[in-house]
Amino acid sequence: MSGKPQVEQFATRIGVILAVAGSAVGLGNFLRFPGQAAQNGGGAFMIPYFVALLLLGIPLGWAEWTMGRYAGTRGFNSAPGIFSVIWPHRFAKYFGSIALLIPLVIYMYYVVIEAWCLGYAWYYLTGDLMLGAGTEKYDTFFNSFVGTHKDGFLYEGGHGQVFYFILMTFILNFILIYQGISKGIETFCSYAMPVMAVCALCVLVRVLTLGTPDPARPDQNVLNGLGFMWNPDFSQIFNPKTWLAAAGQIFFSLSVGFGVIINYASYLKKKDDVVLSGLTANSMNEFFEVCLGGLITIPAAFVFLGATALVGNFGTFDLGFKTLPNVFDAMPAGRLFGFLWFFMLFLAAITSSLSMLQPVIAFFEEGLGLKRHASVAFLMLITAIGSGFVVYFSKGMLALDTLDFWIGTMAIVVLALVQSVLYAWIFGIQRGHREAHHGAHLRIPWFIQLTLKYITPLFLIGIFVGVCWTQGPAYLTALSQPVALMAVAFASLVWIFLLILIHIAGRRWEAEGRFKNLEP
Amino acid sequence: MTTLGWIVMILSVGSVLALNAFCLYRVLTLPPVEVDNLTSPLEIDTGDTKDAD
Repeated sequence: MSGKPQVEQFATRIGVILAVAGSAVGLGNFLRFPGQAAQNGGGAFMIPYFVALLLLGIPLGWAEWTMGRYAGTRGFNSAPGIFSVIWPHRFAKYFGSIALLIPLVIYMYYVVIEAWCLGYAWYYLTGDLMLGAGTEKYDTFFNSFVGTHKDGFLYEGGHGQVFYFILMTFILNFILIYQGISKGIETFCSYAMPVMAVCALCVLVRVLTLGTPDPARPDQNVLNGLGFMWNPDFSQIFNPKTWLAAAGQIFFSLSVGFGVIINYASYLKKKDDVVLSGLTANSMNEFFEVCLGGLITIPAAFVFLGATALVGNFGTFDLGFKTLPNVFDAMPAGRLFGFLWFFMLFLAAITSSLSMLQPVIAFFEEGLGLKRHASVAFLMLITAIGSGFVVYFSKGMLALDTLDFWIGTMAIVVLALVQSVLYAWIFGIQRGHREAHHGAHLRIPWFIQLTLKYITPLFLIGIFVGVCWTQGPAYLTALSQPVALMAVAFASLVWIFLLILIHIAGRRWEAEGRFKNLEP
Repeated sequence: MTTLGWIVMILSVGSVLALNAFCLYRVLTLPPVEVDNLTSPLEIDTGDTKDAD
């Protein structure tokens, strides 16, 4: 085999599964999923949700695992290198830029949200977030904490508490990433995932045993709360919006098209299983989403606040940082459960943010020949500039929202489409099927390969068109605002910068003969 | 909570739990990885060498 010898690998089978599951489990599982389900037909939402899981999430995940391991055993761990192995064409590596841009830019704002979770957990521990009943108190706290009043608010004296949490989160992320795949990411996820599950189970037990906390309002009980989330409204099945929401939820929840799975899988050995591992990582993500997220968030909010207060507050931030603190205030031992909840969200966020750094670190190391400490320092500088931008332009969270739409939504769909075409139409489904089964402990049914070739790309095009149709006009109009325009310009600059680096890396790889004599 | 609500919830949560249990059972009951194939943390080179800086 030619090429650079593989120096980093996962140490254990369960370690890689926990790392990939940790990457997928995030705030979306606990806050986005319940809101989407409750708004789109309740229990009826689960039909398009499971269809999307079977036709989109699991097949695309397997494709990413297969391509990642295939290229990893040929000496490439970064997306530009992996894409060049899968499609030996001089332009292939440039498509890999999207797989670097997505985790890099998402990290810039995700780490800020992660710091909010840490801050909330801390304030529950100190009791500062037990503000008493009243939604407006939690609105005020959140708006002041994240600076939604005006741009630069957090940079003014006396308002910058969030910076301490951002700094701590940043340092923790980079210490762990500096430790490498096995000692950093794998070890951390091996502890964080079970701790997360325990915290979530504690909160779940508390929520399911609430009964009817206010006898004056007997309708606001746990059973009705579960009903609010799960009672199906089958008329919504015929609404295309429901299918779009379900496919989007599956897609974003499983971390497919993020450039993360393909990178993690590249650290596997040729005989390491990818089929069972991929399915297990997906099933763990579903456990956190359906079994925990689906039973905690909406029922708890319903019991204490009622249906009226919930309608219109299904957004991730509204539900997580404004509605739920109000719930914890009314809940017996709410301070403890508030801490457990936000600490769990922090762990969920950090296992995800770590996975966003690794693809870029891998590229800096193998593409530019940087040593680990130099790559980490370089990446820290770039992400600090991006996070500083998001924190400064905090008014109405416009910068964050703009980056989340163009990179965290649109670019992900594009990358997933690129990867599905690479796998099914260039790498080939026969070859992919054969490659996936090296060392596999489970068989992939052949129809999954046909799904990947014909259905998944169409499904993705449908999502892309749907997102453009429903959200595109609003975000295009928003570009008339200088902050939104600056956010898009910033992301574009980062992309151009990555393209230049990839061009340099490509010249370097060619000079080193890295693409010659690759095993078929 | 209606009867249909109960059915959907139990089916959804139950199927995810069943899939999760099946996968974890299969993963945890697999024979251990051969010792010579294991990459222990000590073998991992993070790219930092004595000549760094």
